[in-house]
Amino acid sequence: MLEHLIPVLAGTLAAATPLIFAGLGELVAERSGVINLGVEGMMLIGAIAGFAAAADSGGGALAGLPAGAVAGALAALVFAVLSLSMAANQAACGLALTIFGIGLSAFIGQHYVSFSLPGLQPLDIPGLVDIPVLGRIFFHQDAVTYLALISFGIVWWVLRKTRLGLILKAVGEAPDAAHAIGYPVIAIRYGATLFGGAMAGMGGAYLSTVYTPLWVQNMVAGRGWIAIALVVFATWNPTRLVLGAWLFGGVTILQFHAQGLGIAVPVQLLAALPYLATVVVLVLISRDKRLLQLNLPASLGKPWLP
Amino acid sequence: MTTIPPPFSGPPPGALRLELTGITKRYPSVVANDGINLKVAPGEIHAVLGENGAGKSTLMKIIYGAVQADAGQIQWNGREVVIANPSEARRLGIGMVFQHFSLFETLTVVENIALALDEPFDLKGLAERVREVSTRYGLPLDPDRLVHSLSVGERQRVEIVRCLLQAPQLLILDEPTSVLTPQAVQKLFETLRRLASEGVSILYISHKLHEIQSLCHSATVMRGGKVTGTATPSQETPASLARMMIGRELPVCEVPAYTGEARPVLTVSKLSMRPDDPFGTPLKDIDLEVRRGEILGIAGISGNGQAELLAALSGEAPGSAEAIKLAGQPVGHLDAGKRRKRGLAFVPEERLGRGAVPPMSLADNATLSAHAQGLVKKGFLRPKAAWEFAKTCIQRFDVRCGGPGAAARSLSGGNLQKFIVGREIMQQPIAMVVAQPTWGVDVGAAAFLRQTLIDLSRSGVAILVVSEELEELFEICDRIAVLAEGRLGPAVPKAQTNAEKIGMQMSGLFTSATDREPDHAAA
Repeated sequence: MLEHLIPVLAGTLAAATPLIFAGLGELVAERSGVINLGVEGMMLIGAIAGFAAAADSGGGALAGLPAGAVAGALAALVFAVLSLSMAANQAACGLALTIFGIGLSAFIGQHYVSFSLPGLQPLDIPGLVDIPVLGRIFFHQDAVTYLALISFGIVWWVLRKTRLGLILKAVGEAPDAAHAIGYPVIAIRYGATLFGGAMAGMGGAYLSTVYTPLWVQNMVAGRGWIAIALVVFATWNPTRLVLGAWLFGGVTILQFHAQGLGIAVPVQLLAALPYLATVVVLVLISRDKRLLQLNLPASLGKPWLP
Repeated sequence: MTTIPPPFSGPPPGALRLELTGITKRYPSVVANDGINLKVAPGEIHAVLGENGAGKSTLMKIIYGAVQADAGQIQWNGREVVIANPSEARRLGIGMVFQHFSLFETLTVVENIALALDEPFDLKGLAERVREVSTRYGLPLDPDRLVHSLSVGERQRVEIVRCLLQAPQLLILDEPTSVLTPQAVQKLFETLRRLASEGVSILYISHKLHEIQSLCHSATVMRGGKVTGTATPSQETPASLARMMIGRELPVCEVPAYTGEARPVLTVSKLSMRPDDPFGTPLKDIDLEVRRGEILGIAGISGNGQAELLAALSGEAPGSAEAIKLAGQPVGHLDAGKRRKRGLAFVPEERLGRGAVPPMSLADNATLSAHAQGLVKKGFLRPKAAWEFAKTCIQRFDVRCGGPGAAARSLSGGNLQKFIVGREIMQQPIAMVVAQPTWGVDVGAAAFLRQTLIDLSRSGVAILVVSEELEELFEICDRIAVLAEGRLGPAVPKAQTNAEKIGMQMSGLFTSATDREPDHAAA
């Protein structure tokens, strides 16, 4: 039994990686009061940019991830100029960015259809990988999955322990007050939004260069939306976000196994299961209205100009 | 690390702490500051006196670097400076306590303070210093509490301590007492006098004449963006200061006796309510009775259940039927529209957005609440009737505006309030609930509104007024009750109480008579 479970759990971590990247990025942006609904688009732009860089340079994922991050940040920059500098409606700008990302990635991706990449070999962490059961789950992963968990640690630490985290929270809660005591609200929001874009781009690039290293149109397949939902249901808490991402990853892997076993349920329904399960569980967890209200960045989505 | 650096960092001897010359700031529609001159010496408590809209706040924002002047000079300790932003002002030694606090509700006291200091991030060490400074100046604070759980007075302490930790040479306080109980005001004054004796200059913005007389060494009076005079407050009378401030005599209300029948119209019994908002205040066993021909005043500082009580009375937050009765009929379960039909009028605190829809015309705004006055027929609007209704209201209540077609947001606070109150009165209510009737309204309009409410009550309407301004309540009310921490004290005839007793009750003390602060902080 355990022998079957280990690959499932190990696969869960990898499946959760794009969500952890994109979710952490969106979480930071939302903490500063910016809701960017363009995560799906930024992930797609990151995915195609990463794939193109990896394929054209021959550098594989090592070239793909930075390229994806830069492309995602550039996409976020477009959003930031419109919604922060010009104070346009954030929801509309984000939706436009998603639609743009879908189109742009499909257009560039025409050249790469049916291309495939070598992917990344798992990297064993010496010593730790020999721990029974846990070692095979946590320490026999590709390097980027470790990077996602390190990113989680850094984001958690910055938000909880540093002045920067405090400033982000302050700007997201009361931009007027933050401005009054002299913080550059717009610049801070730019920073958070670009970080969000870079992380979403990395998540996309991981999908296209490591997770399934070949180009398929629209391969992000709604993970950007799940990332946004995760942030809200995780009540802007990075730890809950990672748990939510693992839940999604776990159900994803399980339904693959179910498909393999030939269970008499339509494949489409099984494929929808991770999305459904994640949303249902998170809605149940976040039913507590007080928890939501206490953590909600009060200025979320509201355009602000000095 | 444990002491405040000395407040003086070497101004040339005899130099002024701050001197403004010809400060001018123009906005598209108004000149907020027109050639303002102002001088403040070290250790001086200097009042800046003026009505709402006189340009006081703009001037302070210019000194604090939040707004840039179009013309004029600022001399700081004898040296000309340009203050480009608030952090530069803080570097110079200028601290500001805002009228609407610039605090972050979901952060702790010490986190809030850390955000405003330009120094290495060390919350533990800072918490120690917060305790130290707050004890030294008699401003007890617990650094680890979340700001949203603090009383308004405690929040102000956070702002003051935040400024003090930066060792300011000039402290600006913008209407600091509007949220304090009379006892807390005395404590604040002690702190300010002590700071002044240590050489800190204080700019004290207010429109409360008696406070300025008891605290300030000198005063600059502003009206319509200009300086209309300077004075030594202790040598003036409130009337002479008021003349400088508003340009004429202070208007006084006439309060005739009511001779009609005084049966209760609006009764509330055992009203308890838990708000949805986690930052709200639950109401506990509220009992009150408003009779024909009287004005009942509810004193207390906002945040003690005022918003919740008003929502329960207006019908925005319906509850159990029997808790609220209008003319003997249970209405506690009805929504605002149904209560209005039964003769309950409501004037909310927020004029724009709740009392009126900002971009809509006065005529349309009239239709919103007065539709039963023939402004709607068989579901269709009657624009002409609405126009006439608004026109009558404008004439009868002296609303200065561009006519019934003017957008609500184009009116000044006082004129819009007159329109809203007038609109409600014209629907001939039997009871009226009014929140902060003269908040942010100029003195002339405030006097008119107060007189209007008195006259309305004497015509046999039961009126309930919720206000933070004690003087206003003493001027217009027949009985006054205090709402503190969600509990309502007994309604006492005005002649049998005074500001001090009311202030004590505001601190949540209805029975004992010991002096106490409305806080839970460790001293």
